[in-house]
Amino acid sequence: MILTTTQSLIIIGVLALGTAITRFLPFVFFPNPQSAPKYIIYLGKMLPAAAISLLVVYCLRYVTFVASPYGIPEAIAITVVAVLHIWKRNTLISILAGTVTYMLLVQFLFY
Amino acid sequence: MLKKLLSAMKAALPHTIPVMTGFAFLGIAYGILMSSRGFGWPWILLTSAVVFAGALQFVGISLLTSVFDPVYAFLIAIVVNARHLFYGISMLEKLSDVGKVKPYIIFAMCDETFSILVSASPPPGMDKKSFMLSVALLNQGYWVLGSLIGGLIGPLLRYFDTRGIDFVMTAFFVVIFINQLREKKNHSPALIGLSASVICLVFFGANQFIIPAMILIILCLTIFRKKLGKEVEQ
Repeated sequence: MILTTTQSLIIIGVLALGTAITRFLPFVFFPNPQSAPKYIIYLGKMLPAAAISLLVVYCLRYVTFVASPYGIPEAIAITVVAVLHIWKRNTLISILAGTVTYMLLVQFLFY
Repeated sequence: MLKKLLSAMKAALPHTIPVMTGFAFLGIAYGILMSSRGFGWPWILLTSAVVFAGALQFVGISLLTSVFDPVYAFLIAIVVNARHLFYGISMLEKLSDVGKVKPYIIFAMCDETFSILVSASPPPGMDKKSFMLSVALLNQGYWVLGSLIGGLIGPLLRYFDTRGIDFVMTAFFVVIFINQLREKKNHSPALIGLSASVICLVFFGANQFIIPAMILIILCLTIFRKKLGKEVEQ
């Protein structure tokens, strides 16, 4: 641990505060649901899918394609997840198999 | 009151089984990661109880193990969880009559609780309030317990090489991504999100791309509103 106990508590506190703001803000802004603008309702319908895409990219943000291992472990493991999930549709199996594949790859093949 | 809540929990339990399995696995992975960075079970209990946001808690590990920067951590929390704004907007009506438990349900509205609450309804005769509260309580319970178990067995896994275990989050989002593509006929929001994020990652770099990407996503959705809005209504 680099941070002191107080610093760690502050970080956890702001993470909790930031999260709570994102969850409570719509209820603060639109206490009466019928009067929410149509634009907000439209965004509410479109943004969940876009946000998930953003999170996938966010997880892969440090992957580099110009130096070893060229993103190969990530590409293989994501393929395992995608193929298994489209085939078996079992969230747990897809996540477990993909993660084990990735761990084996980075520990024994690409290190 | 307690009896009523227990019977509501019984009714909610089957709806939360997939979340229980997922959260057990992800929670344990989180606990192991936290303990591998020197954070014992009180820290794990604290973050899972007060933050309760899977993705952000994983990101939070790196925020807790680098230079002290609470402002950046706060912004990351807003950005990573910005999607909750839209869960809130979708739940405005449904939560307008749940009384005293409303603040807790809003506080505990993670992706999984949200998806159950919008799709599942309580059995006949049971009040909506206890059912929704039960879903929220059970899901957070799984997460807290899972992460605690991970934290407690983490030190025992000292000789177990955990390199690469953080891929569990990537796999999790890839699975949700595939689910979204499968469930929705309109793939434009997912594709806009993907291309905007990749473009901004290339231009702004790994540490600064999220906010530009969110702005670009909002911009694209606004520009194409007429076209996309029609597809939504159909």
